[in-house]
Amino acid sequence: MEFFRNTSIDFLGKKWIFLGFSLIFSVAGLLSIFFWHGMPWGVDFRQGTLVYVKFVDRPNEAEIRAALYRVGLRNVRLQRYDTAAKNSELIDLPQRAESGADVTHDRNLTIQALSGATAQGKQDLNNVGASTVRDELITRDPVHAAPQEYERLAHQIVDFRDKQRDGLFRNVEEAQQSGVPAAIVDALKQAFYTSNFHVFNAEIVGPQVGDQLRKQALYATLYSLAGMLVYLWFRFEMIYGVAAVVAVVHDTLITVGAFSLTNTDITLTVIAAILTLIGYSMNDTIVVFDRIRENIKIMRRESLAEIVNRSINQTLSRTILTSGLTFLTVLSLYLFGGEVLHGFSLALVIGILIGTYSSIAVAAPMLVAYQESRGQRLGGSPAPVPAQDAKGKVRVKA
Amino acid sequence: MQKNIPLKIVLIVAIMLVFTALIFLGNPSDWPVSVGAIKQRGLLGGLQESIHLGLDLQGGAHFIYQVKVNEAISSQSDGAVELLNEEFVKAKVAVAEISKPDAVNDPDLIVIKGLTGNGLSELNRIVNERLPDYSAPSRGAEGTYLLRMKQTDLNNLKNRTVDQSIIAIRNRIDTLGVREPIIQQHGLGDYQILIQLPGADDTARIRDLIQKTARLEVRQVFRTASGFSSEQEALTAFSNILPPNTTLMRGHDFTTRQDRVYVVAKSLVVGGTDLKSAETSLDRNGQPEVVFHLTVGAGKKFTSFTGAHNEENGTPDPYLAIILDNEVREAASIKTEIGDTVSITGGFDPEKARDLATLLNSGSLPASLVNIEERTVGASLGADSIRHGIQAAIFGMAAVMVFMLVYYRFSGVNANLALILNLVILLGFLGVSGASLTLPGIAGVILTVGMGVDSNVLIFERIREELRNGKAPPAAVDQGFGRAWLTIIDTHVTTIVSAAILILFGTGPVRGFAITLIFGLLANLFTAVFVSRVIFDAILGRKDRGEALSI
Repeated sequence: MEFFRNTSIDFLGKKWIFLGFSLIFSVAGLLSIFFWHGMPWGVDFRQGTLVYVKFVDRPNEAEIRAALYRVGLRNVRLQRYDTAAKNSELIDLPQRAESGADVTHDRNLTIQALSGATAQGKQDLNNVGASTVRDELITRDPVHAAPQEYERLAHQIVDFRDKQRDGLFRNVEEAQQSGVPAAIVDALKQAFYTSNFHVFNAEIVGPQVGDQLRKQALYATLYSLAGMLVYLWFRFEMIYGVAAVVAVVHDTLITVGAFSLTNTDITLTVIAAILTLIGYSMNDTIVVFDRIRENIKIMRRESLAEIVNRSINQTLSRTILTSGLTFLTVLSLYLFGGEVLHGFSLALVIGILIGTYSSIAVAAPMLVAYQESRGQRLGGSPAPVPAQDAKGKVRVKA
Repeated sequence: MQKNIPLKIVLIVAIMLVFTALIFLGNPSDWPVSVGAIKQRGLLGGLQESIHLGLDLQGGAHFIYQVKVNEAISSQSDGAVELLNEEFVKAKVAVAEISKPDAVNDPDLIVIKGLTGNGLSELNRIVNERLPDYSAPSRGAEGTYLLRMKQTDLNNLKNRTVDQSIIAIRNRIDTLGVREPIIQQHGLGDYQILIQLPGADDTARIRDLIQKTARLEVRQVFRTASGFSSEQEALTAFSNILPPNTTLMRGHDFTTRQDRVYVVAKSLVVGGTDLKSAETSLDRNGQPEVVFHLTVGAGKKFTSFTGAHNEENGTPDPYLAIILDNEVREAASIKTEIGDTVSITGGFDPEKARDLATLLNSGSLPASLVNIEERTVGASLGADSIRHGIQAAIFGMAAVMVFMLVYYRFSGVNANLALILNLVILLGFLGVSGASLTLPGIAGVILTVGMGVDSNVLIFERIREELRNGKAPPAAVDQGFGRAWLTIIDTHVTTIVSAAILILFGTGPVRGFAITLIFGLLANLFTAVFVSRVIFDAILGRKDRGEALSI
């Protein structure tokens, strides 16, 4: 079976179309970053508090907002999390000006606001961990057992709550279904009540951390780009390295722009995805460059433009197949990866498409454009002789 | 090229077996545990022991704390100030004032004012003999002298503060019974500590346990053991002039449930390092209390102090306060001489009493900690992510494999074998290295699969091209591999270079991703280039020359 055979598409002839396409998407992204949504930094980078809450019933956003307002939490962003059936809400609290206060302050206020008037002297069984349950059991000692036994029972109850009941008991009696003795449940009833919500996740990032992370992610990316540039310079020629890096920067810009346009949070995992797409796009570009290097040796009479066109066509079958298959895996991640992987897989879905496009439409034409501009100035010298050939570092194993 | 094929096949099978075993056994140091787990719970048990899951996959708590190293420096320089005062008195040198102008931001700076006579030579002598970590005094404005710590000693002290904090935190966390806690210096900022507790869910309680400096002190109290209702009232009682070397300190009276202000001595009778052990018990009224025992030396000091200041011999101010983290926990009058055991009563529920005993036993923190990042991942969310991630990975792999079979027919089998072996080696690497598998790590696995497929596609397309140019299958395979090899090396080395840089400069998820990617790419170089080639050669060896290759 074969999809492509001896294609001869004039890719370089379409360079103005490519340039227009790239410009539209880059500029749209830049406009959004500077004038519309800005950089939608996730909580990892911008500081603040994210509280993920699951409710027994469908959450009423107006009520939640009012309750938070009463305890002094303003400018809150509420967002449904995951599918509607999960009754989950993401509460996004911006970092407040007063620094030096405990970073967990806002999270605790949120729990307090949602709890409303609490049962006297009792703790909320839906928002405590196993060690609190254990300690209450040890204190009350309902079955006269060793602390280790209470530890085991506490874990049994909390695991059952988190894994079988999605973190929510409707009443304390429900703990009985985890298989613990009735006497334990009676003791629990004296110490706990159940609220109608469960905080299943919280992310709190203080002001210092966000700044450090942003710098670190930026530097890590720049260093790794520099590393790739140096390697390509060493293996090919300076201009190849520059063209590949420009193509990769183009991909990153468009992907980040897409995040700004869709107002999707750029979290640490998204940064990992962007690094992935950089690696992927680089991989794609090198395959084309490798073919160009090889063809320059064989096709001595043709112009560089012809060689580049031929090389792209020769590798087209491989490019489409690999991109298609990788896109398939990434798409399955996007479709089945769930809410947690949403941003990550979105970056990869966009990145694989743009990364494939840019090796053909950005990196390769740039080589030709550079050569033509130099050729005009220097009076028409032919295609560059790759460093490879001259120094003979690696020979084709034949 | 078709040399030693049986030997190569044996080698490949051996590697496959070794890495398969490693997936379930993990690092050699864990083998006894893993084997036990396999016996008890089957292969899945071994897998759970050897492949560590990151917090995002199994749930847990993650904290980053900033260590206020300046506090440790400040208490060091407090000691130096005290020592200078004593030494000047001994040497009979008059000095107007020894002070620290900015204890918060410039904690090691000591300013000595109004030094007269042979003061300077005495100062030089004291610094030389008794304060080895300070530089020689320098001249400040208006005839003052400035003392500063030596830069290397200052840095050592800061690093030691972080190390001591890590030890104290580890002791405290160990009492929680968390499996495989990570407590280490955080690479990103200065003097930060990263704490990761898989499976832990009681963040509020854990935070209290970590953050309490647990500095226990016993000091003398003046005028009254029941304190004053406000700072103003305390000052009025002393007609606005506190006795020398005393200070005001806030506290809480747990019997009357009122906030009080006490007048306490600046010097300690007993400090945190004088503590031998602490335990919980019940007082006469059946209320929980914390009892602590003093070391031999401190016990003697305490006995002689209570012997000298008590109601029996009628000395003034026979009062003591027990102070925890700069807050008076309890103040009482001394009836008679006390031995080497002290207790704190009042205001405890059993849980709080247990926590305090734990804190006192684990040693105090040398400086306070500020919480700058906290994350909790619920166990249910973690389980959800791992299910989704694995589902997506399996679906993606299956789709790729089916496509390879359809598109390249028999050679597809070859590619798929290489792909599976690639995954086996990657997981084996993860098991041995003890690196934990995170969500970005799973994505790294998926990317490895993508690049593995790419290597095969590159090779196969090249072989097809050579076949189209009229080459015989063995020559086509040879040329195809030869040409594609160059490209594969270039793409893999480039990506490995960038991943290595990410490991160097990245933290957290970025790093987890890069580690998985490097393992995957190394495995890929082996499988795509060597294994795939051997399979081709083995097939070609069985065929007659000129028979078509299924590709």
